[in-house]
Amino acid sequence: MNRVAQGQMHLWIAQRVTAMVLALAVTVHLVTIILAVRGGLTAAEILGRLRGDALWLGFYAVFALCAGLHGAIGLRNIAGETLGWRGRGFDLAWLGIGLATAGFGIRAAWGLYAA
Amino acid sequence: MVEAAGTLEVSIWRGGAEGAMQRYQVPARGNQTVLDIVTHIQRELDPSLAYRFACRVGMCGSCAMMVNGRARWTCRTHASRVIGADGRLGLRPLANLPVIRDLATDMAPFFDKWARARGRFQPKDAPDGAVPQEFHVVPPASKQRREADAGIECIGCGVCHASCDVVAWNPDYLGPAALNRAWTLVNDVRDGARQERMEAVAGDAGCHSCHSTQSCTERCPKQLDPSAAIAGLKRSLFWDTLLGRRA
Repeated sequence: MNRVAQGQMHLWIAQRVTAMVLALAVTVHLVTIILAVRGGLTAAEILGRLRGDALWLGFYAVFALCAGLHGAIGLRNIAGETLGWRGRGFDLAWLGIGLATAGFGIRAAWGLYAA
Repeated sequence: MVEAAGTLEVSIWRGGAEGAMQRYQVPARGNQTVLDIVTHIQRELDPSLAYRFACRVGMCGSCAMMVNGRARWTCRTHASRVIGADGRLGLRPLANLPVIRDLATDMAPFFDKWARARGRFQPKDAPDGAVPQEFHVVPPASKQRREADAGIECIGCGVCHASCDVVAWNPDYLGPAALNRAWTLVNDVRDGARQERMEAVAGDAGCHSCHSTQSCTERCPKQLDPSAAIAGLKRSLFWDTLLGRRA
């Protein structure tokens, strides 16, 4: 397979796999929110739950990575189809945007873990 | 059907890529097809009108056009079904293909995509084209045979290609017909070119651009399901890649 088509297929696969992870992660996230706010929501409570908890850090790191990549690949497709932004340069830019977005999310999760 | 009376207001695209709609008055008749209307115009009103047809009975697939904005076989479309309350009918050449003149499109890009998608049967036993010594036994009830059967009746009319938004957005996209053809061959156990074919249909110009909006499936005059065929290609490539099978 030529490398360009293979790369495009890998992006497609990445988007589908991240969608599967996101389906689970969003459910866990929403259920946690609904349960957590029943007694009122405070910063102290959030920190109490997340500070120093490696499991939550891992969960939100995976969540943020998947969300960043999934969103960027989707935007890449929309930009290609509607604006004609296609090619290796744009692909690399979208990958960078996706990883940067994921990086912001992971940094926030780390911030709560290490707070 | 009762004999229809009155006159139809028909607008037809005249010209090539650049052109304009031209109006004609056509007598309304009972059981009249859209192809009958075009033929009437060409024979009685304007012999310079270019259009394409052959069988007139839904077998050849050459008379497809945009009828009031939707790709259809004109020979199998009763005028009474598509003419609105205002009595108007608009005909344009098939979308997503270069216009040669009036209602005739250049189908070459469409069939070039079939070739690019490796839409040609390649015997497993005889890559040089020779007739194999032994015939394969293909049980009619086998999964692969049923998958191939589901798409094999395509006659290449181009209605799905003209109805596909992804083709409109990306002219390189192989389109529903070529990918449907590829899927029938992927499921043909006698075929020996699976590897090359799967490589040819991968990527943005191939099955991975399909959004599964299913206009192709909805509009296929043969009631085929190219969208399902494309989903099959994606599924096969997905597992081939994840499980490390060569794809």
